[in-house]
Formats: sequence, C-alpha cells, structure tokens
Amino acid sequence: MTPQHRRILISIGLCLLLAACGDGIDWQTKGIAGLMPPLHFTLTEDSGKPVQAQDFHGHITLMYFGYTHCPDICPTTLAKLKAAITRLPESAAQNVRVLFVTVDPKRDGLERLRAYTAAFGPQFVGLRGSDAELTQLTKRYRITYGYGKPDASGDYEVSHSSAVFVFDRSGKARLMVRDSDGVDALAADLELLESKA
Amino acid sequence: MLSTLQFLQPWEPSLAIQLLCALAVGLYIMGLVEGRRSGHREGFWKPFAFLLGVTLMYFVTQTQYDYLSQHMFFIHRIQHLVLHHMGPFLIALSAPAAVLGRGVPDSLRRHTGFLRPLLLPARTAYRILQQPVIATVLFVGLIFFWLTPSIHFDAMLSAQRYALMNWSMAVDGLLFWWLILNRAPDGITPQLSYGRRILILAVIMPPQSVLGAYIALSKQDLFDVYAVCGRAWPVSPIVDQQIGGLVTWIPASMMSVVAAVILLGFMFREHRVHRSTPRPAHSPSNPLSSTTSV
Repeated sequence: MTPQHRRILISIGLCLLLAACGDGIDWQTKGIAGLMPPLHFTLTEDSGKPVQAQDFHGHITLMYFGYTHCPDICPTTLAKLKAAITRLPESAAQNVRVLFVTVDPKRDGLERLRAYTAAFGPQFVGLRGSDAELTQLTKRYRITYGYGKPDASGDYEVSHSSAVFVFDRSGKARLMVRDSDGVDALAADLELLESKA
Repeated sequence: MLSTLQFLQPWEPSLAIQLLCALAVGLYIMGLVEGRRSGHREGFWKPFAFLLGVTLMYFVTQTQYDYLSQHMFFIHRIQHLVLHHMGPFLIALSAPAAVLGRGVPDSLRRHTGFLRPLLLPARTAYRILQQPVIATVLFVGLIFFWLTPSIHFDAMLSAQRYALMNWSMAVDGLLFWWLILNRAPDGITPQLSYGRRILILAVIMPPQSVLGAYIALSKQDLFDVYAVCGRAWPVSPIVDQQIGGLVTWIPASMMSVVAAVILLGFMFREHRVHRSTPRPAHSPSNPLSSTTSV
C-alpha cells in the first residue's frame, strides 16, 4: 500500500466514524443523537416552582426558546407544535411536554408566561431563569439570543434561535425541528420516537 | 457591553489550547534568553512574527471572540483565516525551531529518552502528511470539507465536532506553511525547490477563490445553522454570507501571493549570497544546492 492509499483509507475511515454517530433512524426532521448533550437545566416553572430537567424524565420533551412579545415566529412555531401533538394518539399526546423558555425574562413575568403557554394547551410549560441559568442552558445547546434597540414606547425586538429541540423519555437529545420542517414531518417523527425510544 | 477584560475571558476554556500556547511562548522566550547568552541574536521581526501568530490563534479560540464565531458566519470565516492561514503563516515565517530547541531546559533534555520509540512512527506520519501532493490536497480539502453545508451544520451543533474542526484547521495550517516556508537545510521536512513551492501556492488559489465566490454570490442561505441557532446580533443571513464568502475568497487567496513574494525574496537573497561567496566544495548539506535548483 502506498502512503497515498493509506491516507485515503484513513480519510474514508474517519468519515464513516463521523457518520456513525447518529441513531440510525431515518428521521424527517433533523436527527441530532450524539451531537448534543442530554437535557439538563435548573429554571423556574410558570407556577413559581423551581424545576430541573429530571422532573421531565419519562416525557417526550420539546424545548423552544422565545418570548411572549414575539410578533410572529414564536406563536407560529408553538401552533405548529400543538398541531403535531394533536395528531398523536391520545395517550402519547398527553405524555408530551413542551418547554417554552423565555429569553426575555425582564418582560416575561411568571404570570404573563403562564397565561401565554396555557393558551396552547396543557402540555405547554413556561420556564424562566436568571441570566446565569439562561446562559448556561443556551450555551449547552449552542444557541444564542440578543436584544434590539428599544423604540419610543420601550418595546424592543429579540433575536433568538428558531429551533425546537426534542428529547426522548430518558432526556437524550434526539431531534431538531427547524422552521422548514412541517407539521406532518414533526407528527411522524414524534410518533416514531414515542413508539421506538 | 462587555469590558475588554471580560472579552478576553475564554468562552469555552480549553486546557489543551491554553497549555500549548503557554508552552510555545514560554519555550520561545527561554530560547531567546538562552540564545542571547550564546550569541544567537534573533533581531526584532522573527520574535514579533512568532508571538503575533501564537497570540492571534489564542485570541480567536480562547476569548469571547469564539462565541461570536459560533454565532456569525463571517466571524467564523475570519477565525478560520487566522487558524489556517495567518497564524500558522506567521509562526512558520519566524522559523522558530532553533529558538524553541534552545528553550528546552537541559535537565528536561536528559529525560526525553522514553520518547524515542515514538520518534519513528511520528516521523513517518509527518513525512506522509508533508508529501507535497498530500499536503496540497489536505490544505484545500479541509476548507471544502468543513464548508460542506450538512457537515458545517453538525460541526456547529456539536461541541466535539466544533473542536475537531478548529484543531484540524490549525494543525493543517501549521503543517502546510511550515512546508512552504521551511528554510532549514537539515531536518525532516521535505526540502522542496522554490519553484515547486510557488507552484503549490498557485494551485491552492483557484479552488479557494471559486468556493469563496460561490458562497459570496449565492442567493440562498447555504449555512442555515446560524439562523437556527440564533445570530450574535441581528444581521440578514445573506449579508452575513456575502461577507463570509468574501473572507474565504480574497484574503485567503491573497496569502498565496504574499507567500510567493516572500519566497522570491528568499530566492534572490540566496542567489546573491551564492554568487558573492566562492562556491564551496559540493556537499549534500549545502542548502543552496538543494533549494535553488528548480
């Protein structure tokens, strides 16, 4: 074997190794098994109760970062999640939790958060954290957020991640739902996740 | 707003990078001091280039700059320009091997015998990686590999792959520019003629320009991971991508031109020295006989 051949073989091996990290399931949304760490956080639930990731073990958990003043993306995304959940069999639908983590804790008080998430269904939970808690969580999932300049009435825009992260019942990161993924794809993947994992 | 001091705090501390940079700078400074004692003066520009190269590579990976690189495409492209082109280029240009060697304390030198069994495999691996065709393909190939949209997406999601990406760029940059700018007459780095080096520099230019231009002129968002994960500040994806493409296109290919001019400078200088000194009896260790024949 010439050095060149050896080099090519090593490269192919490395590529295979990289490709082999997933869970081998042909998801319609984006599979992220092995790419992202398991669910972990300490935050405050919209009821005022402190919560940790372990409290959601046993549930298929969807996590989304947004803010209640969000004009378009947040409500449409949450509505999409609701539509997908409604398509699941009754017991499966009840077992799903959607965590709406506010990236604008200054304006999103617990009460406001609770009213906002309750409008989407009983599975939706608003979560709020201190700056440090929020930074820790967003850094863990390699996402970020930022604030625009306040206008005359003090309103400001918030740039935030558009992704929904899906964790299985043991808290492992499994899927990432992007804007481009439709309700059908999400519903199919949630059902698959519910039955397989 | 972050203060300067806060900005200089690492976003994701890496002990390996910190130790390696500290070791490089420490050895180099000890080598300078030792050299001063034994009459080897380095002047100003070589230490300046070496320390600037290391500092730049440290800055883009171990400060809050790294946070911005993870959340803005064009800042990520500048990070790779530093890791793969500028930092290693400056380090290789300063030809630091002799100074670093002098910096190793004698007491430590006596205890390196246990490393001897590793020497042969390391040397073989190094010679393979520094084979000119392999080095060229690797240099351009890595840029294309990590900029493949699906691979780029995953690399930005996974902390491990992100680290692998940056390490591979930095290590390959060091290997490549070391090969191109090497002037040590002995040692294990292949002694390429200046003509071949300039040929390699010319070969790596078009693929980088084409890729950079393709990204800069693309009408669609090729790297949607930044939209998915959120940008560091509100900027339209296409503007971000256009600037990122330009960074990949122009300064990256300009490095080839700069390196070629420097090589021509080396060549003329050696030619002058060659003509003004009476030719010594031919010996294999004579650097001029091996480097000026194109």
